[in-house]
Amino acid sequence: MNFSISLIVNGERRNVELDDPRVTLLDLLRERLHLTGTKKGCDRGQCGACTVLVNGRRINSCLALALSHDGAEILTIEGLAKGGELHPVQAAFIEHDGFQCGFCTPGQIMSAIGLIQEGQAGDDSERVREGMSGNLCRCSAYRGITEAVLDAQTRLAKAHRRDAA
Amino acid sequence: MTLEITPIHASPHIRHGSNAGQPLTRRDGILKVTGAARYAADNNPAGMLYAVLAVSSIARGRVTYLDLDAAKAHPGVVEVMTRANRPPLALDPDAKTTPFSFRFEALQNDLVRYANQPIAVVIGSTLEAATEGAALLAPRYEAEPARTGLDSTESFVPAAVRLISPPEERVGDVEKGLAAAITQVDATYETPAQYHNAMEPHAIVATWEGDALSIDMPTQGLALSQARIAEIFGLAIENVHIRSPFLGGGFGSKGVMSGPMVLGILAARLVGKPVKLVLRRDQMYGPVGHRPPTRQRLRLGMDGEGRLTALHHHAKTVTSTFDDFVEPAAEASHVLYASPAIATTHEASRIDIGTPLFMRAPGEASGSAALEGAIDEAAWACRMDPLEFRLRNYAEVEPISGKPFSSKALRECYAEGARHFGWSARPLEPRQMRDDAGFLVGWGVGTATFPALVFQAKARAVLKRDGTGLVETSAADMGQGAWTALAQLAADSLGLDIDEVEFRAGSSDLPDAGIAGGSAHTATAGTAIHAAGGDVISRLAELATRDERSPLFGAGNAGVLARGGRLFRRDDESRSESYADILARAGLADIEGRGEGARDPNAAEAYAMHSHGAVFAEVKVDPDLGQVRVTRLVGAFAAGRVINPRLVRSQYYGGMIWGVSFALHERAIVDHRSGRVLNADLAEYHIPVNADVPSVEALLIEEDDPYVNPLGIKGVGEIGITGTVGAVANAVWHATGVRVRSIPIRIEDLAMGAEFAG
Repeated sequence: MNFSISLIVNGERRNVELDDPRVTLLDLLRERLHLTGTKKGCDRGQCGACTVLVNGRRINSCLALALSHDGAEILTIEGLAKGGELHPVQAAFIEHDGFQCGFCTPGQIMSAIGLIQEGQAGDDSERVREGMSGNLCRCSAYRGITEAVLDAQTRLAKAHRRDAA
Repeated sequence: MTLEITPIHASPHIRHGSNAGQPLTRRDGILKVTGAARYAADNNPAGMLYAVLAVSSIARGRVTYLDLDAAKAHPGVVEVMTRANRPPLALDPDAKTTPFSFRFEALQNDLVRYANQPIAVVIGSTLEAATEGAALLAPRYEAEPARTGLDSTESFVPAAVRLISPPEERVGDVEKGLAAAITQVDATYETPAQYHNAMEPHAIVATWEGDALSIDMPTQGLALSQARIAEIFGLAIENVHIRSPFLGGGFGSKGVMSGPMVLGILAARLVGKPVKLVLRRDQMYGPVGHRPPTRQRLRLGMDGEGRLTALHHHAKTVTSTFDDFVEPAAEASHVLYASPAIATTHEASRIDIGTPLFMRAPGEASGSAALEGAIDEAAWACRMDPLEFRLRNYAEVEPISGKPFSSKALRECYAEGARHFGWSARPLEPRQMRDDAGFLVGWGVGTATFPALVFQAKARAVLKRDGTGLVETSAADMGQGAWTALAQLAADSLGLDIDEVEFRAGSSDLPDAGIAGGSAHTATAGTAIHAAGGDVISRLAELATRDERSPLFGAGNAGVLARGGRLFRRDDESRSESYADILARAGLADIEGRGEGARDPNAAEAYAMHSHGAVFAEVKVDPDLGQVRVTRLVGAFAAGRVINPRLVRSQYYGGMIWGVSFALHERAIVDHRSGRVLNADLAEYHIPVNADVPSVEALLIEEDDPYVNPLGIKGVGEIGITGTVGAVANAVWHATGVRVRSIPIRIEDLAMGAEFAG
């Protein structure tokens, strides 16, 4: 039996025919849509490498069945840079060396964007660290990650104020 | 005897410093933050099928039944590979061709020798189908009792530790030294089994084209993996092409060819289509190596002034029933502390586990954990400040060998680290400090050290007609920053700006860069690059200085400098010529140079070569619950020449956080009835999260080493773990007065300790 769903992935409508109801959102992205920037580290919601934004909220895409997100708006790491320009969080990760091997990085960046949008952490580094603790980094680039999130948040806030003015 | 060694200076034609030494951001940064960096499992060639391993749920015995019909009947399952239909190999997986080629499981028989061993492979048109097919195999076994832990089988003295190092080393008479001591410490430390747990699970995408094999697979050593695959499958080396541009972490687990990767290639052979095989996280707890547990006894004797009279470091560990890797934990006592009598000894036993393997600072990490704890105990037994005690026993020469150090700025590390940390305010007695919230506060120190190794590598450099360069070597970037640091060295080797040099790495069709391991990749591949670029510049200089039409004519004896795409006369820099002009006049399209990297054997014979460091830790402990938090970590490291301080700091941070993990988090728990790891996942096998590491700092201490290699580079990748485990554990003692000798330190160790409540 086939199932059809429609998703908006990185701003683009994707109509997907699924021959199998077991496909996770992560495996749909990686193996069927070939958006391989999102990574699989554990496949059971323990490491955060597969973090994407679904309707603006950060989730572990390995714990989401694709079928249950019919109609959802999905933002992945591939959808961040606009017109050759990096998202401020992406740029900050490079500047603060917020990664080494880079495998957890797409998840860290999506999680950071989610955290900033949630607006709960403020400029308190302790709360940023707490809010980023669902994303494991075995290389342990945590110091750079925290600095990058705080820096990007400041830059985004400034840009927002400029836009508002 | 002492050999007369001439210090190695940079070739007269090469100028350093324009690129190396700069804190460049990662050249692969944009790829990594946009999701465009292609890791092995990101490849999806046309027609590709998915392979999923079925692994054993027992630790010893035989597989007696697999429900092949059920698996094959599942829609989408294409084939099940078992020992009955597995394509042949040219090499017996149980053959031991060199000490470095590990035995592996590739369905060669029905035996199970550890839990999570591959017992079948299911190939399907989708990942979901292959996964379900593997579950439907529902294996039955003839199980035998699992032998687990340090004491379940008889122990023996291994023929070698690590792979080829002697199991025992001695100087002086330890028993005599202990007898003469005023104060003694006899302490037994235990460290647990640990698993590498790189974020990227082991993965392979294999495609056969006739007898040629095309592979995407993370590997720390491209040439080594290529040769091993050629040997296993009976192929010509040039018919094996591996791409490994990025590893999602390695830490030693992706250095040798493992059984699951071989099975991926076999599966592709069987079905005649490209196959992707990726390990599940729990499948990484078995066939791809781990750090084995240890029990280490340290016996130390001190005279009335706190000088060591004897040091005996004995390490017991385990290895597999079918191969040899013995964690060289006691070797940690070879380097740091002077004593007239030192003995390091090892014993091992064989149990039902996958073969242990190099895991970031193999031996050094577990050995340092025990040694640095025992040294702290010794300092307290002498009622001395633990830093002062370390300085009192500072090794001016390498203790057992008696060799001078090629360089050793450890005193500076101690001094700078202590100053930065504020160590001088530390009370000698434990349980003296509290913070505003009433938490117990403790400070601890540990000494870090790691050998400065150089392996063998080759590189090729080309200077093109337009004055730009190309440098190639099959380096592997597992996060340490090879794409960046080696490109910096490549640019300097040609006297060009980094943006004018194309640097190629990460593919097996390039000159052999050796292995990214032993913290030696930058030194090894870097030396080869340096030599290759130097070769090009020598040839270029030859052209110019022999040509009457060149402003450099006749400069042969004085030599030339290569800088910014021009050669300058060394004794008169107003005379220079661009690379492009020299090539054009000579009518050459390009100049090619080759280089090799290896250690100067005379220097290695004459000098002991190690990186050093000092790590200072502050912990806070909840006085009611025993919960420990590392609130501050300061490391000061001297590791020769720093090519990229931004990346080097990241290596130190990562290593130090691995040290925190070792001291407080990581431990694989084995169920002694089944022989299985109970916590084979990332929720229950604890590694630090961001909130666990509030403050970490790394100070780079300048060190000039003319002997280690022409570039003066020592390693930075592993040293951070050593020292840190001791620093954290010693800080816990200083905070609480409880000495926990079972690592990792757990809440119950503290809260249940009689002294804790006191």
